[in-house]
Amino acid sequence: MIRLTGLTKRYGKFTAVDAIDLEIRRGELFGFLGPNGAGKTTTMRMIAGILQPTAGRIEIAGDDLARDPIRAKSRLGFIPDRPFVYDKLTGAEFLRFVAALYGQDGEPIERRMAELLDLFELTPWKDELVESYSHGMRQKLIISSALLHKPEVIVVDEPMVGLDPKGQKFLKDLFRAFVERGGTVLMSTHTLDTVEEMCDRIGIIAGGKILACGTMAEIRQRFQGGDQKLEELFLKLTGGIIEREMDAILE
Amino acid sequence: MPSSSELPQPSLQTITTPKWRSALNRLRQERAGGNGKFFLLALVALGFWAAVFGLSYKILNYIQSTSEVGVPLAAKFLSIILLAFASLLLLSNLITALSSFFLAKDLDLLVSSPTDWLRLYLAKLGETLLHSSWMVALMAVPIFTAYGMVFEGGPLFPLVVIGALLPYFILPSVLGSAITLILVNVFPARRTRDLLSLIALGAFGGLALLFRLVRPEQLVRPEGVRNLLDYLSGLQAPTSPFLPSEWATAMIMNWLRQVADPLPILLLWTTAPAFIVLGAMLHARLYHAGYSKAQEGAEKFVRARGWSGITARLFRGMPPARREFVLKDLRVFFRDTTQWSQLILLAVLLVVYVFNIKSLPLFSGEKVPVFLVSLVVFLNLGLAGFVLAAIAARFVFPAVSLEGKQMWLLRSSPLDLQALLWSKYWTGTLPLLVLAVVITFSTNVLLRATTFMMAISLGTIVLLTFAISAMALGFGALYPRFDTENAAQIPTSFGGMVFMMSAIVLLGVVLVLEAAPVLGYLRAQLQGDTPVPGPWMVGSLVAVVVVCIAATIIPLRLGLRRIEAMEF
Repeated sequence: MIRLTGLTKRYGKFTAVDAIDLEIRRGELFGFLGPNGAGKTTTMRMIAGILQPTAGRIEIAGDDLARDPIRAKSRLGFIPDRPFVYDKLTGAEFLRFVAALYGQDGEPIERRMAELLDLFELTPWKDELVESYSHGMRQKLIISSALLHKPEVIVVDEPMVGLDPKGQKFLKDLFRAFVERGGTVLMSTHTLDTVEEMCDRIGIIAGGKILACGTMAEIRQRFQGGDQKLEELFLKLTGGIIEREMDAILE
Repeated sequence: MPSSSELPQPSLQTITTPKWRSALNRLRQERAGGNGKFFLLALVALGFWAAVFGLSYKILNYIQSTSEVGVPLAAKFLSIILLAFASLLLLSNLITALSSFFLAKDLDLLVSSPTDWLRLYLAKLGETLLHSSWMVALMAVPIFTAYGMVFEGGPLFPLVVIGALLPYFILPSVLGSAITLILVNVFPARRTRDLLSLIALGAFGGLALLFRLVRPEQLVRPEGVRNLLDYLSGLQAPTSPFLPSEWATAMIMNWLRQVADPLPILLLWTTAPAFIVLGAMLHARLYHAGYSKAQEGAEKFVRARGWSGITARLFRGMPPARREFVLKDLRVFFRDTTQWSQLILLAVLLVVYVFNIKSLPLFSGEKVPVFLVSLVVFLNLGLAGFVLAAIAARFVFPAVSLEGKQMWLLRSSPLDLQALLWSKYWTGTLPLLVLAVVITFSTNVLLRATTFMMAISLGTIVLLTFAISAMALGFGALYPRFDTENAAQIPTSFGGMVFMMSAIVLLGVVLVLEAAPVLGYLRAQLQGDTPVPGPWMVGSLVAVVVVCIAATIIPLRLGLRRIEAMEF
């Protein structure tokens, strides 16, 4: 569903993403983990067609993003980490606008909009300007907009930020239901428990390279993690803060 | 835990560090991109300064050499210039203060830190002063250089000017910040939007008033003034001994006249610090409440739903992406006060423009030859083109920059970027076109232009509008400013300047191409021959069409390529 081949992004001499090869299958929820600045967001923004790769290839549901960007993007729903939307549009107007970007309008879209607004409990605020929305409401609005055109693939960067526990639980259920219906989700997050609980496979990235990729069991086996939790494995692979340094800071 | 008075306070320099460091880093970053940009900027600045200096020098020299009352007349001119600057400064400070005291992104950090109110006030006042006064200060340099040279001010003259202008700049800054502070407190529930509307209306009134006060008709009809003294007393009308512009004028002119009068110096240098103290006291009383109220300023509900319905129906036949894009652009524009309120200033500009044309003494005295009238009509075309370029710079140039933060959505969707550019182009061009045709037609009617000149003007202005709008959009995409907090700042960027210069070059090329055949045609008419459009004229007009089409297509293509290559 998503295939990355030799995907590379360089900014001058700095390599943010270094020749990544990755395949995420249909019906799979893939968790993308890594410390800050590891290259997660850059990779996701390249998959969404926002950043241009320096080298490599991206395929979305079999369509090459560079060769046929319109077709590839029409299969994708992207949810960024920073929910910037047009402040001076109402929630409903924003959704209608996004639908139009995907070439959809009319009665079916109005119905779907109503369903999504209901689902995300935004109906009472649908005619209010987005500038009056809280961070969580904006996040919900963006998630609704990503689902509006019925994508086959969802790429989502830090989806839980700004959501209340109820919203987080709902989102987890939603993504699970989405993959059970044959969709694909690539999700980056720092909430390791969420990844452990939700994801079918995990990729750990640091310094622009994928250090580990597979199911939890496969990663444990490969890195002799025994029954270690994901957090311990993650720190083992990416390097954690030494305890005495922490003590020094706190004192 | 030390008490609040024992807590060490950051210096003003520390508080303003993010601002000046960011400016320095931006400068360094831009320098790394090559010196071409700086060279161009320096060239434009020098050209502008040279022009202002040349004009000022010529006028002052003429006044000094031809009249016994040269010095009082020069003083009067200076007082009018400083009064006009003071109005601009007050308006600019009002708007800038709203942004720096209430909307700036660094305020959350500063207000939540244990920085005392006085330091915050002084830092923000300094920021407001710098942002709103630098342009006027730059403009003042060549004017005062001319004064110094004509009236032999000597080597200390620049220091005297600085000594006069510093408090003169401080006063409108304090006043503007104080008025904004009061307004934010008076209109809490009606949000910042209303405040800005008020400021825009204030600008409208201020400009209209200023226009009336300088009595421009007296300047174009000297025969209406009985003698020079009458003229001078007429010019005295807009001045008052209570205005700081008068004090600054007196301080500078006293130096030039070699008159020892400490009063204006005292007035300037006591009023400015007193104003700062009063402003600080007001700030201490009202700022916290005002800042808190400004945070509640987000608007919840949408007005004028009926209008939304009408526009939605109007664009029903268009493909969904283009239609929704046009509708989105219109909604965002008319719901954003910082955007639509500029229409008021635009209306003032146009009224003044048409009024000026009407005031030209072409039909008031002796009969003016048709040839001269036609020449004025032709030059009016260039002026109208310049006005259009200025409007395009304000409304079309920022179009791509304003999409900045939402570009993730546009780039990750299957939207054809041509549709984006198409929507931006037509939403900008159509109103411009209506405006261009209306002002050209109405001013030509006022000038009693011949049918031939009317046809040439209208045809050219239509072609120019398409080209200028495309250039504004194209240059806006080539030089985007995604990081700005205020849309009004985008046209004053480097890209905006490059666009204005390119638009002026285009106007020049078109006028030069048209000038020879049009003048030939008019000369033939003047000599009583029947003017026949020859190959020379047809060739020139075809060249104008080709130039305008090229100036429309090339910037749009370049802009599209740039948007396609943009990364966020």
